[in-house]
Amino acid sequence: MQSLSDFLNMGGYAFYVWTSYALAGVVLAVNLLAPMRTRRRLMGELKRRARRTRRDDAQA
Amino acid sequence: MMAWLHRLASPSYFYDFSGRLIPWFGWLCALALAVGLVGGLVLAPADYQQGESYRIIFIHVPSAWLSLFAYMVMAVSGAIGFVWRIKLAEIVSISCAPIGASFTFIALATGSLWGKPMWGTYWVWDARLTSELLLLFLYLGVIALYGAIEDKRVAARAAAILAMVGVVNIPIIHYSVEWWNTLHQPATITKFDKPSIHTSMLVPLLVMAVGFKLFFATTLLMRARCELLQRERNSQWVRELVGS
Repeated sequence: MQSLSDFLNMGGYAFYVWTSYALAGVVLAVNLLAPMRTRRRLMGELKRRARRTRRDDAQA
Repeated sequence: MMAWLHRLASPSYFYDFSGRLIPWFGWLCALALAVGLVGGLVLAPADYQQGESYRIIFIHVPSAWLSLFAYMVMAVSGAIGFVWRIKLAEIVSISCAPIGASFTFIALATGSLWGKPMWGTYWVWDARLTSELLLLFLYLGVIALYGAIEDKRVAARAAAILAMVGVVNIPIIHYSVEWWNTLHQPATITKFDKPSIHTSMLVPLLVMAVGFKLFFATTLLMRARCELLQRERNSQWVRELVGS
């Protein structure tokens, strides 16, 4: 590996190698972010519900 | 040991315990992937036949391994949930499906991108590629079946049956390169022979495989915790968790 441009060129296979790595990176990122988003949404939902029941209990 | 396993199967204990494991798995995963990428892309020499294109191996092979491993985790925990009706096993089983499908997709896509320059085609209907594609459909089938049934206990049992039946495909994928005449090359690394790959390439490959396994463990726990909260939303421990 002589220089950065050689590295990026991947001996002429740049398209195949970098597309592979980029694709894997995107799929991994989606897999990491998806449960984080689900968790945030779910926690918000459950907390809202808890506040609602507490309010209802207080009024009763 | 049995007592600990029994405790682990209790939802609130699992939720707490897995929450403490996730950062460890996550950071170890990041470390392994960083080391594996440097080793695979920078330090490992070019292949004498395939030149630089072989570097796709460092994601293709670990994700292919993981696609089989995740399926076995899904099927075994599905079977445990099916037989002993352990809710947590059902949840772990169903949480494997989207991750397994993702890695099967990566294995297929990177294999295709590797096949074009080396074989001259993106796709052939040979035994290895076709059985791996079937694996993707099995994962998608499990996800769809689980999603289609309203009652999640029933849904988990149906999905577990499909997952268990689909296990028959696993040895077919593994041995496809020996049983049939395929364009796909036979395994580079086996338990019995010396690997037909140089150490400078083997080490980053194994490090990447460990990194992918850790990624699976991390995201599996994250997904399982979400699914658990969802299913247990009306139980006392979830109320206490969000109330305090």
